Amino acid sequence: MIYVYSFLFCGFVCLIGQIILDNTKLTAGHITSIFVVTGSFLDTFSIYDKIINYVGAGALVPITSFGHSLIHGALAKASDMGIMGLLMGMFDLTASGITAAIIFTFIFSLFFQAKN
Amino acid sequence: MIMEKKQYKKIVDKHKPTETRAQNAFIAFVTGGIVGVIGQLMTEFYASFFEISTKDASTFMLVTLIFIASLLTALGFFDKWVTFCKCGLIIPITGFAHSMTSAGIEYKKEGPIYGLGSNIFKLAGSVILYGVVSAWFFGLLRLIIMGG
Repeated sequence: MIYVYSFLFCGFVCLIGQIILDNTKLTAGHITSIFVVTGSFLDTFSIYDKIINYVGAGALVPITSFGHSLIHGALAKASDMGIMGLLMGMFDLTASGITAAIIFTFIFSLFFQAKN
Repeated sequence: MIMEKKQYKKIVDKHKPTETRAQNAFIAFVTGGIVGVIGQLMTEFYASFFEISTKDASTFMLVTLIFIASLLTALGFFDKWVTFCKCGLIIPITGFAHSMTSAGIEYKKEGPIYGLGSNIFKLAGSVILYGVVSAWFFGLLRLIIMGG
């Protein structure tokens, strides 16, 4: 059943993005930024955590989970360290994704040429 | 005759975009959903294969998706898929990796510092910037109002 929920939720998020892309002048860059902000906003009230419990990876794959992971790491550290923890823990959970993206990009940029 | 043509064009324009819009939305929904299911399958595979928690397995899954998206972008397949699926591949984490790798490959001819180094976050930078600013702001609000 979790596969169905994953499919529906991830598909639904992409559907909203596509509707915004087609019907407004906003570009893909605007939409991904808006979605990240939405993700961190939803986690302010722990809503996104509940969604992840229900739909599993379907909620972790969209870019909204990036915002959720940022605020989640920041708040986790802030519970130990107070207000400075917000700055210290910001990238705790997203470090793996960002680092992986940078490393893979660097390696592939060295070995591959731009087409056309 | 000219008037008729104009009217005809008006009617065509009125009907044509909505159809492609519906089609685009449907494709984005299905491809986005498929990426979500692949993520879930991969998470469960990693969790049972490496005997790790679901949380760690989901990190593995995201790194794998980023790797696949970067590799396919470098090989040149991913651009075609993105133009077909649009938000179905842009909104998932694959879009983040795609934007970075495509910027990296495109600008590397301008040199390692001002080409690759300066432009690698050209598209992904806005996601990180607004993600961090909003997470900091909402985190501060929650810390002050709800106490963490």
